[in-house]
Amino acid sequence: MAEKEKMALVVFSGELDKALAAFNIAVTGAATGMEVTMYFTFWGLNIVRKEKAKGKPAGMMRRMLGMLNRGGASRARLSKFHMCGMGTWMMKKLMRQSKMPNLQEMITLAHQSGVKFVVCTTTMALQGLTEEAFIPEVKIFAGASTYLGEAREAKVNLFI
Amino acid sequence: MKADVTLDCVGLYCPMPIVKTAEKIKELQPGQVLEVLSDDRGITEDMPAWCRATGHQCLGMEQSGKEIKVYVRKS
Repeated sequence: MAEKEKMALVVFSGELDKALAAFNIAVTGAATGMEVTMYFTFWGLNIVRKEKAKGKPAGMMRRMLGMLNRGGASRARLSKFHMCGMGTWMMKKLMRQSKMPNLQEMITLAHQSGVKFVVCTTTMALQGLTEEAFIPEVKIFAGASTYLGEAREAKVNLFI
Repeated sequence: MKADVTLDCVGLYCPMPIVKTAEKIKELQPGQVLEVLSDDRGITEDMPAWCRATGHQCLGMEQSGKEIKVYVRKS
């Protein structure tokens, strides 16, 4: 059997619409028999953070950031027309009506399809997050070299 | 066209029809035909592309109104 083609997705954005696009492509890649890895960095970490995490980050600035930048897929908002929450709420409702999976369901589906989730350790340090702050589907915590190692061999490379 | 197994994806949008097809085709024996029902226009392009990538055979499509039937033979 031929070796699996690889796909490497950098998920830099933490916004709902961008995250959904990333997961759509990842899941399709997995369904096409590709080996897919998603690298969550910067705002992308919010998507794979637990809704309620324990522990306070070190330092006042990090704590302030933590209050404004709460994690969890359910908190992801649209990159446009968020309209203080109304736009995001309407988009989610539209998706429900159209029987489209929401972000949490896409995360589960991706994990079940064998998509690997990797979280950027540098961003973790910056935002004061520990491994416990992330959903159990995230098993790898690594840096740019790990990403590049995969990206060099990947047939499809995307930055979202 | 005769099919061994039918998969109803009516009402589902991309990537779900493809994802479900990938899942369902595992249950078939090589040579068997899977019939996928969909009302997503994208499937007319998506399924041949998926078949090209995975090595399965896209046998053809039948369209009646909004419903599209796609036939895939497992390799």
